[in-house]
Amino acid sequence: METVTITLKNAPALYLEADTISPDAFAGRTAAQIAELPVFEGNVPSTLGKYFSISGDAGQTAADTKIIVKGDMKKVKYLGFKMTAGELVIEGSADQYVGAWMKGGKILAKGDVGAFAATAMKGGELIIEGNAGNYLGAAYRGDWRGMSGGKILVKGNAGADIGMYMLGGEIVVNGNADVHVMTHAEGGKTIIKGNAASKVGGQMVEGTIIIFGSIEVMMPGFKPNGEVELEVEGTRAKFAHFIGDMGERHKKKKGVVVYGNLYKKI
Amino acid sequence: MTKTVTDVICPFCGTLCDDVEVVVSDDGKQLLEVYNACVIGTEKFLHSQAKDRVTRPRMRQDDGTWKEVSYDDAVEYTAQMLAKAKKPMMFGWSSTNCEAQSVGNEIAEISKACCDNTAATCHGTSLIAVQDIGLPSCTLGEVKNRADRVIFWGCNPAHAHPRHMSRYSIFPRGFFTGKGQMSRKLIVVDPRITDTAKMADVHLQVEQGRDYELLDALRVAFKGEWLPDVVAGIPAEKIREAADMMKSGRFGIIFFGMGVTQSLSKNHNIDEAIAVTKDLNEYTKFSIMPMRGHYNVTGSGEVFAWQFGFPYSVDLTRGFARYNPGDTSTVDLLLRGELDAMFTIGSDPGAHFPISAIKPIAKIPSVCVDPHLTPTTGVSKLHVPVAFNGVEVGGNCYRMDNVPIDCRKVVEPPEGMLTDEQFLIKVRDRLKQLKGVA
Amino acid sequence: MSEYIIKNGHVFDPVQGIKGDKKDVCIKDGKIVDKVGSSAKVIDAAGKTVMAGAVEIHAHVAGPKVNLGRIYRPEDKLFSCTPTKGIERMGGGASIPTTFKTGYEYAKMGYAVAMEAAMPPLFSRHVHEEIRDTPIIDEGAFPVFGNNWFVLEYLKNQEIENTAAYCAWLLKATKGYAIKVVNPGGTEAWGWGLNCLTVNDPVPYFDITPAEIIKGLIEANEYLGLPHSMHIHPNNLGNPGCYETTLDTLKLAEGYKAKNKFGREQVLHLTHAQFHSYGGTNWGDFESKAKEITDYVNANKNITIDTGNVTLDETTTMTADGPFEHHLTGLNHLKWANVDVELETAAGVVPYIYSPSISVCAIQWAIGLELALMMKDPMRCYITTDHPNAGPFTRYPRVIKWLMSAKARETQINAFKHKDKVLSQTSIGTLDKELSLYEIAQMTRAGPARSLGLTAMCGGLKPGMDADVAVYNFNPDKPVANPDDIEKAFSRCAAFFKSGVQVVSNGDIVSNGNKRTLWVDVKVKENQQVMRDIDEKFIKYYSMTKNNYEALGHHFIPNPYALEVDAT
Repeated sequence: METVTITLKNAPALYLEADTISPDAFAGRTAAQIAELPVFEGNVPSTLGKYFSISGDAGQTAADTKIIVKGDMKKVKYLGFKMTAGELVIEGSADQYVGAWMKGGKILAKGDVGAFAATAMKGGELIIEGNAGNYLGAAYRGDWRGMSGGKILVKGNAGADIGMYMLGGEIVVNGNADVHVMTHAEGGKTIIKGNAASKVGGQMVEGTIIIFGSIEVMMPGFKPNGEVELEVEGTRAKFAHFIGDMGERHKKKKGVVVYGNLYKKI
Repeated sequence: MTKTVTDVICPFCGTLCDDVEVVVSDDGKQLLEVYNACVIGTEKFLHSQAKDRVTRPRMRQDDGTWKEVSYDDAVEYTAQMLAKAKKPMMFGWSSTNCEAQSVGNEIAEISKACCDNTAATCHGTSLIAVQDIGLPSCTLGEVKNRADRVIFWGCNPAHAHPRHMSRYSIFPRGFFTGKGQMSRKLIVVDPRITDTAKMADVHLQVEQGRDYELLDALRVAFKGEWLPDVVAGIPAEKIREAADMMKSGRFGIIFFGMGVTQSLSKNHNIDEAIAVTKDLNEYTKFSIMPMRGHYNVTGSGEVFAWQFGFPYSVDLTRGFARYNPGDTSTVDLLLRGELDAMFTIGSDPGAHFPISAIKPIAKIPSVCVDPHLTPTTGVSKLHVPVAFNGVEVGGNCYRMDNVPIDCRKVVEPPEGMLTDEQFLIKVRDRLKQLKGVA
Repeated sequence: MSEYIIKNGHVFDPVQGIKGDKKDVCIKDGKIVDKVGSSAKVIDAAGKTVMAGAVEIHAHVAGPKVNLGRIYRPEDKLFSCTPTKGIERMGGGASIPTTFKTGYEYAKMGYAVAMEAAMPPLFSRHVHEEIRDTPIIDEGAFPVFGNNWFVLEYLKNQEIENTAAYCAWLLKATKGYAIKVVNPGGTEAWGWGLNCLTVNDPVPYFDITPAEIIKGLIEANEYLGLPHSMHIHPNNLGNPGCYETTLDTLKLAEGYKAKNKFGREQVLHLTHAQFHSYGGTNWGDFESKAKEITDYVNANKNITIDTGNVTLDETTTMTADGPFEHHLTGLNHLKWANVDVELETAAGVVPYIYSPSISVCAIQWAIGLELALMMKDPMRCYITTDHPNAGPFTRYPRVIKWLMSAKARETQINAFKHKDKVLSQTSIGTLDKELSLYEIAQMTRAGPARSLGLTAMCGGLKPGMDADVAVYNFNPDKPVANPDDIEKAFSRCAAFFKSGVQVVSNGDIVSNGNKRTLWVDVKVKENQQVMRDIDEKFIKYYSMTKNNYEALGHHFIPNPYALEVDAT
């Protein structure tokens, strides 16, 4: 694996849209060629080299390319946009759209990430050591096809609207989550190890939500369905089981109605 | 001598009453009386006659005072500002006509700006919900002629859309509703006991921030499933009664406003309300409609949509249109320090945005096009007063149910004042020169 | 004004019966002329195909439901927008293009005229604003009449003269072009959540049947002598077995003769016939009845049809058949928008994915092509996709490829997951006919122009007609190496002239031309009863005043072109 290190040297006055900072965009390029890749500050087109210093050449393919991003990325959007393979390590915090529309590869964000991380994720792995902003692993506006694969781990807290319209894949939040978890979901799994706020599983057709901590206010559409013992992320415990959202439509598989499942640790 | 102009359209709120009559002087220069409009609409027309109107542009000086400048100076400042900015915002558009909105769009495209309208702090969340789940709706005449179940959820038309109930939703005797208000049952959902709630057959005093839960409970009630004893502060039996009342009608309509669009959950509240409406269509006929505020915010959304593809919060900085509220929306862009120029027209964000989003405007080049003195003109560098749209110049507007009505001119503007459209055309033409565009 | 000579092209012009001869086409002052001077600009069309500008008889491109589709589908624009380029404004929308993109895309394919298929009269200003903002192409719009309270009441009393007077008034108030009928009676029933699924189901309260509405509007149309005929989207669209309702509808036209001064020969135009040609009783035994429909239309010459071809794309359905859209969202659970319009009509919008792995979609694809291949008179069968319902109009070149190349059809059939079902439930496997360029010209130019009553103006290259001329990079003398070349050639004109102005050069827009809004101005005898009824309904039932309904100022229609009809 070849490693390219890019370091912010000239902070933008506004914000940068750096959708070319991905293994797919870097693949097959030398450091000098990477410096020529486009980046935008508002409506002004520029090149990566004007804002970043670049060292190391990329691998021949995305899978062979690792990128390390250093410096204050809090005003840089779209890191890892649409990546399909390879690795991206963000040494600090980043702004919106980290790993948005990614299909594969691994992203490690050592700080916080802004809103819209992993929008419509199809595969790969996103690890956030800090906190995640709103709309983690959510669908794009209007699209009923949200996250369908891959795995997200947030070691800190997550914001609102996690996993909206989720179809598949898995999201794990070690900390707390804000309102609206897996709204409209039709598949996939979200695990909140801390506390959830409210509107958990609203309008859910199918999928699984597991909450270790508290839920401030339950959705009335989740009907108590007894207790179960589950092993989740290495922990074995008793969970109260709820099925729902009973206000929503549900499909039949082999003659049996399939509901969304909400488990709350007792 | 005087003359009376009939079929005048009131340019204030989304009710867009078009039966107003205005008495003007024979020479068309003075507006004397207004008939049929509500108190707010009447004042909209009459206040245009104020003797202390600002009639020429003003530029803020370094010492904080204002100096009058010419429209040409104003055009130059505006065009230069938009030509140089890396990420300008052109915000507002809701109190002007579609013709002006269209010129504004041209300017935004040439200068690669962001453009947005007041839906950003109002029914933008409704638009997000519509994008996620759809919108079973109708025109206001359908409500007048057919509705026997009317629900006001999170809105107070008695105060915000005063003639709505008499023109469309509660009192009129329509084709199939000959008994007027006696043919209708009214449900009001509001944490407050408002003047609208006092008229209701059923008032559900929902716990603040729990509309989403209550809407979910209604959907559960439709299906006859289990409910907890109390949801959102409302006992389950009351919820089931309300559900039955909705199902038992032959044509129902839900009107909703800021009580749900800008409270906790925002677009999800509307999403779930639309889901309730959709579910009710399994049993009877039901529609839902947002109570749009500004009289032409709907029009701004329509013009943005047919020209750029999105109804608000449109980013044109890459030469093509992109949309994602939270990223491309004005409050967020201002709060995060993403903009370097602000152009406001036909709206007053200074009065409605969080103050922390307004403060950045003071630090960047900024223009506010508005006949009034407002908090927004107060924070901008250049204030360009223009003729009152719908009073001193006509132009197309869209009602809250998307019906287009062509506003009329009833009286002349003060001598030498430009309209929005005229000012914008000059800005566009100057901008084209600066950018070397044909 | 400018003179052009398009030299040495292979001309296909059904109006003059030219079937590929090498001929020059001369343009002067916006019209086709016999000859031009030596200073005329030369366009080299050697080895290329030359046809008149195409005529779109039915597409949903301008108006409230189209825009509702745009507003509620941001994902239709994701990653697919085109930037501002020279005089081309930015564009977006895969299935529901923005207005600028609509005009450019039609022009790039050589279309000169497009008819907006359904205008809700109360919203006519909106339709005209969008038409105004659609560059280059001439457009008209069809107001809908089949669920209109005035029409229902007059026809219940069999008052044809009053119906005709009202129709004339509405065409003028909305600057409309033709009498459009969508799901007659059923969309008024939808005001109560109901529908009319056969031509004999009475409309609630109004107590009139779709059959009576259809016949009455045919009679009103001929009473007035309008350029186009009654244009109908029959009841029961999209349901297995609906072909019977379609035949019942078509039979209502028997015995009627077209009366007009525009060269129109039909009294009924059946639109998007594909959606109305279904047999079977459920989605399992779903089958094609294209043969039954074409047999009938072939034998009854006072009918024209357009196909409504399915293109196998993700698209957006939108129609004034409100109850159908509610039914569709029940099937695919995708977001449903609906607008009921007081006294007039309704509209519904639902996204739809025509997937090649679903047998029903594959059968629908086959049916659209069967219709075009089995219609004997190409002058009475026109190519459409009921844009965007069965697919985006930008797929017309692909439809042309399928019609001109049996091999291209075979390739698609072999790619279907349920190929065997497509072959068993339709006759597409037995049809090896390949349409010629001349037949394509009939189906996309001369035919629709004649049906619309526009023969004097467009659809052909006869001197005196508008100079709408398309040049395609397709050499009819060379055998087709790859059917995809057909699609490529028809996607981007080498050159396109609209009313004598060159608007496209090598696939790029070079001018916005001078588009017109076409409408029909009918003079009728003064009818006090109808005027009084109109006044009364505005006062009592509409939510807008009559004076505001009729106000359609210059800023909506900057360049009107009225076809005048004297029906006094």
